[in-house]
Amino acid sequence: MKIDQELTRKVAKTARLNLTKEEEEKFTKDLQEILKAFSILDSIDIKNTRSSFRPIEQQDILREDEEKSCIDQEEALKFTKNKLNGFFIGPRTIE
Amino acid sequence: MNNIIKKCKVIDKEYNYFTVICDDAKPGRGKLSGLAISVKDCICVKDVESTAGSKILKGYRPLFDATVIEKIRKEGGMIIGKTSQDAFGFGSFNTNVGLGFKVPKNPFDKERTTGGSSGGGAGLTQKADFPHVALTESTGGSIENPAAFCGVIGFCPTYGRVSRYGLISYADSLDKIGLMSKTVKDLRKVLEVISGYDDKDATSLKEKINFESKTKKFKIGLIKFDQGVDPEIKTAVEGAVKKLKNVEVAEVSLPITFKYGIPTYYIISTSEASSNLARLCGLRYGIEGNPKNKSFNEYFSEIRSQNFNEESKRRIILGTFARMAGYRDAYYIKATKVRTKIIDEYKNLFKTFDVIVSPTMPVVAPKFSEINKMSALQQYLMDVLTVGPNLAGIPHASIPVGNKEGLPIGLMACTDHLQEGKLLEFLQLVEDSS
Repeated sequence: MKIDQELTRKVAKTARLNLTKEEEEKFTKDLQEILKAFSILDSIDIKNTRSSFRPIEQQDILREDEEKSCIDQEEALKFTKNKLNGFFIGPRTIE
Repeated sequence: MNNIIKKCKVIDKEYNYFTVICDDAKPGRGKLSGLAISVKDCICVKDVESTAGSKILKGYRPLFDATVIEKIRKEGGMIIGKTSQDAFGFGSFNTNVGLGFKVPKNPFDKERTTGGSSGGGAGLTQKADFPHVALTESTGGSIENPAAFCGVIGFCPTYGRVSRYGLISYADSLDKIGLMSKTVKDLRKVLEVISGYDDKDATSLKEKINFESKTKKFKIGLIKFDQGVDPEIKTAVEGAVKKLKNVEVAEVSLPITFKYGIPTYYIISTSEASSNLARLCGLRYGIEGNPKNKSFNEYFSEIRSQNFNEESKRRIILGTFARMAGYRDAYYIKATKVRTKIIDEYKNLFKTFDVIVSPTMPVVAPKFSEINKMSALQQYLMDVLTVGPNLAGIPHASIPVGNKEGLPIGLMACTDHLQEGKLLEFLQLVEDSS
């Protein structure tokens, strides 16, 4: 697989990161070196092996569907300077 | 301001171990009265700035205590402040601190690293001349590594044994809150208080806590792994095991773990981290800009680009790549399958052995000038001995067993899932024989 600056740019854009030219070059070089070393994973047989998304067997735990208290509006807005009439001000969603 | 806080300020001025010191800290009453507790910055403390060592969360003062903090307060532990870390836990040397944060210095040599990512907690544990336990966190070695480099005990419990509620996540399937201390006795005391089921953490274990253990004769599996390990460290660890009385020792190997552990760990951890960090975008808390007249993508990208440090960006990019359509099966899914093989490899050994032992780190604390010359990959490779038990989610600990030219050497011991009691018993054995 070809790891080049175009791929780094595409991944960074997906992750909402604007990279400088220098960062783009550096991360491309790092990614090439890291993924080359990690290609050792191609040599392990994982046929019929299940995934472990957690290290230890766990059961789903459900709680009673009852109302619980949570923070109030004023508390939620305590640390933002971007607020208006009890709401957060965010960037535009429609161009 | 009490005496302990004054001492913390003096230590911090010289070594940079704190991100915040709680001037108004007050001792309480209970099982932990008389103990000062420092808290890694990624663990939320009500009304105290908690940033996980990052610039993007600057100014965030949680409205709640993490479950571990709640439990410590209830038993009279005194919360003295937040300790330095690599931003979000992304590092092995605590040099990847957030923009504007100071790098902590090794208590034995200020030209060297404390290790990471829980470097502040480890250095403070070594320097504190008052009863103190550090509350820290490990994802791939962040407790054991700095504990070894700073010459203190670092203890990481089974995944799910201690609640993660209120921990600013690095990688959810790997994060564990643990402890550092100078003595096994203090460590046990705090571990008993913070362990147990918590309905606020969906991965919290319901199994009963039992830290009592009486092993007649410890069967020790000594890991045979020489690659890149300083021979003096190997000798010190083997020497410490030889000194133990009434034990059986045999050499063991973990071929899958050592060959595939690093890529497996870094693919899983960065995948989870890139997802977790997506929430940090300059809205609601932490660093904010002016979102007016900007589009979503424009505003979020601007805030994230300006406030994440270099290593955070690198890991976000690596993790985003490993989860992207077209690459997901080849990287992320594959790594989760290799993880199963690594867990099985440990589980098989525990059929025969009580405890698995190795050096904690392949080297003693390196100099900052040496770290600066290392590539990202070379730094990742330093975790070769610690990623295994972290991927397997088994209890593990580092304990000092000598030094090389004045720099501490750590022995790492691992036990099977939920065998914290047996691990504490083994640590006590090592402590008593040194």
